[in-house]
Amino acid sequence: MTVADALLFSAGYNAAVVALGCAAFGLAAGALGCFVLLRGRALIADAAAHATLPGVAGAFILAALIGWDVRALPLLLAGAGATAALGVVLVNALAGGGRIRDDAAMALVLSIGFGIGVVLMSVVQSLPVGGQAGLKGFILGQAAGMSAADAQLVGALAVLALLLVGVLFRPLAALCFDRGFAAAVGLPVRALDLALLGLMLAVTVAGLRAVGLILVVALMVIPAATARLLTERLEAMVPIAGGVGAVSAWVGAALSATLPDLPTGATITLVACALFLAALLFAPRRGALAFAARQAMLSLTVARDHALRAAFEAAERAPGATHRWVELGRGAGWSRWQRAVLPRWLAAAGWVRAEGERIALTDAGLALARDLTRRHRLWEHYMQAAGGLGPWAAHRAADEVEHTLPPEVAREAEAWLRRNDPARLPAEGALPAPGEAPTAPR
Amino acid sequence: MTQFLQLDLAAMLAATFACLVCGLIGNLLLLTRQSLLGDAISHAVLPGIVLGFWVSGSRAAPPLVAGAMLAAVAAALLIALLRRLTRLEAGAAMGVVFSGFFALGIVLIEVSGAHAVDLDVDCVLYGQLEALIWPAASGPGSLLDPAALAEFPAETTTLAVVLLLTLALLAAFWKELRLACFDPDFAQAIGFAPRRMSLLVLVLVSVACVAAFWAVGSILVIAALVAPAAIARLLTDDYATQFGLSAVAAVAMGAGGYWVAALAPAAFGLGHGLNAAGMIAVVAGVLLAVAWAAGPFGRRRRLALAGGSD
Repeated sequence: MTVADALLFSAGYNAAVVALGCAAFGLAAGALGCFVLLRGRALIADAAAHATLPGVAGAFILAALIGWDVRALPLLLAGAGATAALGVVLVNALAGGGRIRDDAAMALVLSIGFGIGVVLMSVVQSLPVGGQAGLKGFILGQAAGMSAADAQLVGALAVLALLLVGVLFRPLAALCFDRGFAAAVGLPVRALDLALLGLMLAVTVAGLRAVGLILVVALMVIPAATARLLTERLEAMVPIAGGVGAVSAWVGAALSATLPDLPTGATITLVACALFLAALLFAPRRGALAFAARQAMLSLTVARDHALRAAFEAAERAPGATHRWVELGRGAGWSRWQRAVLPRWLAAAGWVRAEGERIALTDAGLALARDLTRRHRLWEHYMQAAGGLGPWAAHRAADEVEHTLPPEVAREAEAWLRRNDPARLPAEGALPAPGEAPTAPR
Repeated sequence: MTQFLQLDLAAMLAATFACLVCGLIGNLLLLTRQSLLGDAISHAVLPGIVLGFWVSGSRAAPPLVAGAMLAAVAAALLIALLRRLTRLEAGAAMGVVFSGFFALGIVLIEVSGAHAVDLDVDCVLYGQLEALIWPAASGPGSLLDPAALAEFPAETTTLAVVLLLTLALLAAFWKELRLACFDPDFAQAIGFAPRRMSLLVLVLVSVACVAAFWAVGSILVIAALVAPAAIARLLTDDYATQFGLSAVAAVAMGAGGYWVAALAPAAFGLGHGLNAAGMIAVVAGVLLAVAWAAGPFGRRRRLALAGGSD
């Protein structure tokens, strides 16, 4: 079997059902994870997931003692759900005293619950029945050993959780964004919190067999965090997170089905991490590249503004003044890469024209430079009049804000000057008198 | 006696030392409200341990500690970077980073072939206390015999050294840590660098995680980090007593857990031994429950508060 076979459902009926079941689980985990993340419940989900181990092992021991089928997935999952719920209750009880904070309570329930499970697992090893090896799959996930019936159960649980998320979408969204508001408009917030907790436990339990209890929380957190990078709207975030979860679970399960040494949970988590890293780099607004591009553009614009202002002030003193790039750039504090880029940009945009060895502002460049200079002087006046700064400090302060604050704020500042210190502001359209500040930028 | 020396001494000492190191450092985590950092670091150091093991091919401590510290610092930086870039809340950023690191560690174990030698997934999950034996012991005299002592398991001696270092560091920074724990604002105001202190805590926790790794694995180490401090916190308000009580609790859970795991199977007629690392966490749970039910700051206080407000 190759990876392609496993991905395209052509590796046999059982493998196809398992892949679909895993994908359904990923879909539900990703979608629900958005609410879990926004409500700040990611870590309690982790604690609950680790606390499923005693339930799984306990159910196995119980089944072996009564003589039931120890491999019956519904029984093992029921045990898992029971101890996970108990774990959540214990976190609240421990943290309720105010002596142990909830982060410590979660760490305690997580580790002690897991420890009890580990001891029970060593008891399981001594039982005279078969099937012990399968239990280890609950810790790190082993999709390869799943039967079609197991996968159908997981898929059914996932679809059920997904349907409930769909039905409760609005109230859950209200709960996650503003619990106080949700309570004020009459939503039963306590019941909703419980419902979210219940859904979280159901999805956790559904994922145990495929992803394993240690990493099941990864499939709630990572897809939701990925979607958060791509959108701000919950209506888009939930489907994106579901999609990321489904793709990770499907690809990860296929990879681990072909390379049986790889624990499924770890493989699925790494696929989800890869998608997260891709989003972190390439997300259109919050991505690292978009962030770097915005920073570069801002620093380029600032450098351009400085140069144009210097050129304009030269033109005020002597109309038609010409410049050399070297001096202009040095005066405006251009860095090396800015010296390479900015002359091309200024020329291509038609703001400067060449005059032999030297350059001069075009009419369009003059108009832009005039606007920029006006904006700068306006801020200088504002800083002096409203902020009481001296000329040099006002110049520096204006330089700090003029490139980043939006134009409507600049208009507010202008309106303030017009009301409170109109002498600083000549007639509409005219340029304020040159600030007393030295005009060299920076 | 010889059997005890051969089979149990090294493992029991390793369990006790591991719980002591983690439990003492855990006080700093609990008092600075960073218990989750222990959770995150214990998961995140795994790829570092695997890489250190892979590169050096041995269980010698320095490469593993170096790898683990690298991984811990990388994880801490990544969490900070994610929080800045994505404005995710702390818990979510931690969840992304530590589950990713842990998954990477597990996959590295499988693909690097480390599992063929000494390091396998079972060790990560359950620890390897049972593997710490001292076959060279032939009687009480071996405790003084340099030739036999040279064969003493290196994991246990490493833990003893780490314990001494931890004690020395705690003694050296006793007042400073107390300040950082109880009044971080004042500590900052008098020019005391809280960042350097939190870096120290980060390094200490990652060293403790590596040191305890062979004894209890990467998940049960969280119990060793958090439980002793939490038990002490339920019993006292005093800084020095907090450390003392947590040390007592750590020894009780380390040595006690090992003994229960070793003795209970015979007592109950089980055919198979119980996992010692898991039993350490179970004993910690029992101690915690007792402290909560009977201690002055646990259930009784809650009842008193509830009674007062009725």
